[in-house]
Amino acid sequence: MSACRDDDDDPRIHAIQSRIRVVPDFPKPGIMFQDITTLLLDPKAFKDTIDLFVDRYKGKNISVVAGIEARGFIFGPPIALAIGAKFVPLRKPKKLPGKVYRQEYDLEYGSDCIEMHIGAVEPGERALVVDDLIATGGTLCAAMNLLERAGAEVVECACVIEIPDLKGRERLNGKPLYVLVESR
Amino acid sequence: MNTICRPFAPQISRAKIVLKTTNRYFHSGNSVRTTNSLNTTTAKRAQQARTLQSRLAAAAVGERDHLTSSKDDDEPMADDDRIARIASSIRVIPDFPKPGILFQDITTLLLNPKAFKDTIDLFVERYKDKNINVVAGIEARGFIFGPPIALAIGAKFVPMRKPKKLPGEVISEEYSLEYGTDVIEMHVGAVQAGERALVVDDLIATGGTLSAAIRLLERVGVDVVECACLIELPELKGRDRLGDRPLYVLIS
Repeated sequence: MSACRDDDDDPRIHAIQSRIRVVPDFPKPGIMFQDITTLLLDPKAFKDTIDLFVDRYKGKNISVVAGIEARGFIFGPPIALAIGAKFVPLRKPKKLPGKVYRQEYDLEYGSDCIEMHIGAVEPGERALVVDDLIATGGTLCAAMNLLERAGAEVVECACVIEIPDLKGRERLNGKPLYVLVESR
Repeated sequence: MNTICRPFAPQISRAKIVLKTTNRYFHSGNSVRTTNSLNTTTAKRAQQARTLQSRLAAAAVGERDHLTSSKDDDEPMADDDRIARIASSIRVIPDFPKPGILFQDITTLLLNPKAFKDTIDLFVERYKDKNINVVAGIEARGFIFGPPIALAIGAKFVPMRKPKKLPGEVISEEYSLEYGTDVIEMHVGAVQAGERALVVDDLIATGGTLSAAIRLLERVGVDVVECACLIELPELKGRDRLGDRPLYVLIS
């Protein structure tokens, strides 16, 4: 059930896309950085972004919204609050106190790691993973692993932006991905 | 001109919760304690009196200031109940990130949808009629609480980030740590002179980060109306480091 948007003519989507700023050569030459901070400066567009996700997920018995540090912390909590789910932060190493699950994943050069609290999620819970953007899918894949190791069912990954050329969608082990805008 | 027409009812001092060892979500840690010591209450009343004065100065002549809403007077117990729930859902982890520090872990609050919603509601109720244009949130836990507040009050959300995270043109502000310094950054053009802003973070300790955030905003002509945190560690006197900028916290 991979989906981009059911209704590409939704005027809200156009406004959201137009509020995203592309910054060339950040963080390094050749990368066109998709900057969502300009979206956050438009209260209506930001609200529409959240509403589009909430409309999709309310009534789906989602009990967990997991957000990936740091920009997933901006979009995840408002969704969680609106659908009555817990919010679980997935963080870089050594940020979460107490006992954690740790999941490594590959980068273009080297590897990185994200962590989730042990006990935050219970077996059988239905979870979303939220981030601002999916590129290669490495981080999202690691996030799903964390939730599944805790016994949760990842219902869907939800991002504002997808970079389709990087084929991150294929790295999600068949899990559905829902995005609002594509960037080419 | 004194336009205070009703008894000033500070919200913080009504949180009379003492140490709770129940309602733990995980197996370790205690719940956070809120205190109502005389000194703290006196200091808070003084702070809130100053807040009220600055609020009156900012309000248009003849306009009623709604800092203390009638809702507070009519339903004092509702706030107490909510703050009690919030306080009991925060977990204290000893010796993190280093020995001797009692870390106030708000992630357990986020696991309780009602407590998380109550947290946001308490801030939204305070700020919704205050013409706040900007909510600035400090990376990373300020990103959890700031956006829901911004969305509810119709303000922009502006992330204040560690160095090199924000693309494009930024302004930076350095601040002192116990050992050394750190830097936070904000986008150029995110805010405009004359806008009214809140600064949000989960906790104020020494006040270094918050005061740097205030300076960043004031450098571009923004009026920082208030700083808002869930938790204050009063013994670290962060409030003093904010100068005359008011601080509102739920738990102290």
